[in-house]
Amino acid sequence: METNSDREPPAFECHDVSVSYDRKPVLYGIDVSVPGGSLCGIVGPNGAGKSTLIKAAMGLLPVEGGWVRMFGRPLDEVRPRVAYVPQRTSVDWDFPVNVMDVVLMGCGGKAGLWRRPTAADRELARESLEMVQMLPYADRQISQLSGGQQQRVFLARALAQRADLYFMDEPFTGVDAATERAIVTLLEGLRAKGGTIVAVHHDLTTAPEYFDRVILLNMRLVAAGPVEEVFTAELLQKTYGGRLTVLSELALRAQEARARRGV
Amino acid sequence: MNEMIAVMARLEVPWFDAEEVLIAPWTRYADATVWMVLMAVLLGVPCALLGNYLMLRRMALAGDAISHSVLPGLVISYLIFRDLGTLPMMGGAMVAGLVTTVLIEFITGRSRLKTDAAMGITYTTLFALGMFLVNRYAGRVHLDADCVLFGELEYVPLAEPSGLRAGGLGPVPMPVVVAAAMAVGTLGLLAVFSRWLLVTSFDAGFARSVGIRAGAVHYGLMAVLSVVVVTALESVGLLVAALLVLPGATAQFFARRMGRLHGLAAVFAVTASLAGIHLGAWLNCPSAAAIALAGGVQFGVAWGVSVWMRGRGVEGGVGGAG
Ligand SMILES: Nc1ncnc2c1ncn2[C@@H]1O[C@H](COP(=O)(O)OP(=O)(O)OP(=O)(O)O)[C@@H](O)[C@H]1O
Ligand SMILES: [Mg+2]
Repeated sequence: METNSDREPPAFECHDVSVSYDRKPVLYGIDVSVPGGSLCGIVGPNGAGKSTLIKAAMGLLPVEGGWVRMFGRPLDEVRPRVAYVPQRTSVDWDFPVNVMDVVLMGCGGKAGLWRRPTAADRELARESLEMVQMLPYADRQISQLSGGQQQRVFLARALAQRADLYFMDEPFTGVDAATERAIVTLLEGLRAKGGTIVAVHHDLTTAPEYFDRVILLNMRLVAAGPVEEVFTAELLQKTYGGRLTVLSELALRAQEARARRGV
Repeated sequence: MNEMIAVMARLEVPWFDAEEVLIAPWTRYADATVWMVLMAVLLGVPCALLGNYLMLRRMALAGDAISHSVLPGLVISYLIFRDLGTLPMMGGAMVAGLVTTVLIEFITGRSRLKTDAAMGITYTTLFALGMFLVNRYAGRVHLDADCVLFGELEYVPLAEPSGLRAGGLGPVPMPVVVAAAMAVGTLGLLAVFSRWLLVTSFDAGFARSVGIRAGAVHYGLMAVLSVVVVTALESVGLLVAALLVLPGATAQFFARRMGRLHGLAAVFAVTASLAGIHLGAWLNCPSAAAIALAGGVQFGVAWGVSVWMRGRGVEGGVGGAG
């Protein structure tokens, strides 16, 4: 994997990316590079710009200066290889569609949305729902889903895109512990097939366990790299500011966990 | 009973003469009724489907905004082309509709104001500008402001005939031909772009992430809306907003998927048109207003029925496969 990443361009790379809302800057000169085949967490406090970074990467927000590349290319050239899972709360769940309709939106990308869903699309959607254990809910109206189920539907839609790079905004929010484990296993399966996942994650206790790389963000890039180098008490404190005891304890526990796994 | 009659007399509600209200429109006045109903349906069905998307995008009042702000577009187009024909009017309305959309987007994008406020600012200002232009050039503009405001569905059967003939009904009035063309065009576009409209309405961020230009879809929708509104203006006036909002609002009580929502909204558009024609015959009021009123009553009744159905656990009507 390391040798691969030396030769191949990184799955996701951005350089000197700055983003503002209403001329109020929220991200300053972000430089990040995520090699293919990694599970990368974006970690930082509320308002750190985690969602903003993902939206900027997906071209949903104008970037001031700098550039973003996926697999060494501009996003427009590799769009079918990239999937985006928005924050669950960003849509109206009273919308008159059922679970299957939502997952079908992911089948075939832009061209797939130009035609009626085919039998193959439906099969793909069913497989994707099965992967998140939501197949029994295929015919449910989406307003009748719990928060965690909504989250899994969003994941299934992204899985139906059969992408190589996934950006996920808080995929574990509102998901129960068992489902969270199942999703992590699923993401590890994608990684094993060479996929790359960049996910916003809030739970510092599980972050070092789930991810092999992290991006520590607080309006500026604090640090980015392999978990064992970056997920340290010092850098976490720099990211969150203050609250040293909690953070150092977390880092300590993370180190112990790694020691147990023999990393 | 006697008291009720007394109240109705005081309110000058005409006596409900079943012959006059229910039968005569289809016998003695059939020549006029047919065209009025056809016109109402040709306008109502495309409006209903378009209105579904507007409501899902939380822009239910966009039709109201555009119907007001096309006024200056019509006047300016007339002053330039000196022609009240269909094409210059459509062109003027479309430009006005797009200018309205651009202004609304500009205001929401560059200030803290939300869409509803931006709409209010834009359409009232443009409507006022239109009123000013109508008054200023009243001598030269043969636009009847009252007609623009309230429309005259009754005028449809009397309008200039087109070259087309419809069997025993005689020549088809020109407005009906124009409305039919608009209906076919609008329904065709909605069908072709249905899934793009669906995905941009549900989750614009996701739609853009797969490369759909949600902004272009939005402007396209507003352009179509402008054409629909101006086609409807002559016959139903500003009440076009009722045609856009009421059928979909009524349908959503019974539909949880898009196909069924569209189907029911179209049905409710037709039933409101029919009920409106009869209501107009009874109350002796403009048919456009009667259709809007019937649509409103229909909404209330449907709401009651849906509550009753849920109370009785009649899930089929609400959950249906649609
Ligand atoms: N649409 C917007 N308009 C103006 N400011 C915004 C907008 N969205 C976000 N911001 C601001 O940008 C900053 C970063 O927001 P962002 O949503 O990226 O944070 P986040 O790291 O995802 O936070 P959270 O953990 O709460 O999800 C915040 O200070 C927020 O106030
Ligand atoms: Mg966020």
